[in-house]
Amino acid sequence: MASYLLRLLASILLVSWLVGSLVFFLIHMVPGDPVAVMLGDWASPADEQVLRRQLGLDLPIWQQYWNYLSGILFHGDFGQSLFYQQAVSDLLAQRFPMTLQLALMALMIAVLIAFPLGIIAALRSGHWPDHLSMTVSLIGVSIPNFWLGPMLILLFSIGLAWLPVSGADQPLSWILPAITLGTALAAILARMLRASLLEVLHEDYIRTARAKGLSSKWVYGKHALLNALLPVVTILGLQLGTLLGGAVITEVVFDWPGLGQLLVESIQRRDYPVVQACILVVSIAYITINGLTELVYAWLDPRIRVAQ
Amino acid sequence: MLRKFSYLIIAAWVLLALFGFAIGPSANEVNLNAFLQAPSSQAFLGTDELGRSVWQRLILGAQTSFLVAAGVVFFSSIIGTAIGIYSGYTGGWVDRIVTKIIDVFLAFPGLLLAIALAAVLGPGIENVVLALVVVGWVGYARLARAQTLSLRHREHIMAAKVLAVPQWRIFGRHILPLLLAPLGVEATFGIAGAVISEAGLSFLGLGVQPPDASWGNMIKEGTRYLLVAPHLVLAPGLALMLVVLAVNLIGDEWRDRLDVRQRTRGH
Repeated sequence: MASYLLRLLASILLVSWLVGSLVFFLIHMVPGDPVAVMLGDWASPADEQVLRRQLGLDLPIWQQYWNYLSGILFHGDFGQSLFYQQAVSDLLAQRFPMTLQLALMALMIAVLIAFPLGIIAALRSGHWPDHLSMTVSLIGVSIPNFWLGPMLILLFSIGLAWLPVSGADQPLSWILPAITLGTALAAILARMLRASLLEVLHEDYIRTARAKGLSSKWVYGKHALLNALLPVVTILGLQLGTLLGGAVITEVVFDWPGLGQLLVESIQRRDYPVVQACILVVSIAYITINGLTELVYAWLDPRIRVAQ
Repeated sequence: MLRKFSYLIIAAWVLLALFGFAIGPSANEVNLNAFLQAPSSQAFLGTDELGRSVWQRLILGAQTSFLVAAGVVFFSSIIGTAIGIYSGYTGGWVDRIVTKIIDVFLAFPGLLLAIALAAVLGPGIENVVLALVVVGWVGYARLARAQTLSLRHREHIMAAKVLAVPQWRIFGRHILPLLLAPLGVEATFGIAGAVISEAGLSFLGLGVQPPDASWGNMIKEGTRYLLVAPHLVLAPGLALMLVVLAVNLIGDEWRDRLDVRQRTRGH
């Protein structure tokens, strides 16, 4: 267990370093000068020079790279935002919880939709409830969230006036973004759960359980569902990362003040330090979640525990 | 019925994409006298905020998405398959390095990487293709490598090796044909992924830029007029959804056909 956590930590550090360096060098090759963007067209070359020196952008790129790395490592300092005149770490601290909240809510909604769909489809496999729920889930995979979002706004905010259009100020404003983000995940989960349940239902121990007269509830609820959950958990972990990526688009659609929206705005403003930090934070979250998924997997599956 | 429907949609998509070449610059002409018109007999699907025909822009968008999808799938499948076969066949340290690279790519959310790349490369259709190929080759490489590993010690390959058949010929004639079916399924889902990703990047303003039409930037422009002219969002969104749905249905069908276990079980 301890050695597993240690390995996980090492791989998080390695990939974070790779990702961080990659993003740093990629971004510094972007055509487009942040100083020119900040000062506008009418700035004098002297002013630009001064600002460039203040921001450390006149140093050779290796020096900048070293400052960047050592800042994060030794001070947890991601630099200053060029646009907000604020420490990037403060911005992250404001925005990250919003994205996390959205992702968790979306996950909850996905599970709430996927489990009934997947279970019904598996139990009635080959009949109309199966076809119906699988068609619904296929449609769910195929709707891009930047279209579903506006459609939901049109229906629930403008048509029915039940929910707020965008932003995060009102108490119920998380519902539409979470549904938008959760739908695709729900569809994938439902299909996965169906396939996995069908696999399990053909196993010998299910026949044994039925033969010794256990009730359907007990057979399906405990013997089948718990075993079928194993691959689903893996997919859930992998998809949570995709959720973080999808959150970028959903946050832009709903004007949700999370990391994704910050990322897109900062790209347009050429706010390098913020872009770097956003990508780094999302990647670290993604890698960490994937690692933790394996832990949950081991916890769920006694066979793996015994093997350890 | 669903199957016919999906092939029909794909055929319509390809036809629209071809038809896009016949539409001249008139699709980009601004006509402020006719802005934001609802669909009517004069303007099928109505007009947008600059008075351009939504129908014509939809066709140009179909062309964009088709070109991007074709480009992305073509290049990423060739690059990925070549790397995968070579790595799996050669083994040793080459294989270990390639596997590590694949792992690092997979340890990173794909869309985020595409966003970062698109941001760095700047907008434009070629850059969208490039960004999506950089993200997309990994899937093919992993698949081709895994399959090659299991094929490497088959007798027909051994025989070819003994007969001193050159390596590229073994790859092309003796391994690749056996990989085509699973790679085809992967490529089908790859088309759906590329169509959605292109539209997503364009929606974020990182992909195809106006005045060039893409379903993604049409939706983006349309959301600003959601109240007065919902058809601006409805039309490209529906087109996008139908194409992705149809491609996914075909991919599902092909995958089921490949899966012998499922077929004998009678699902």
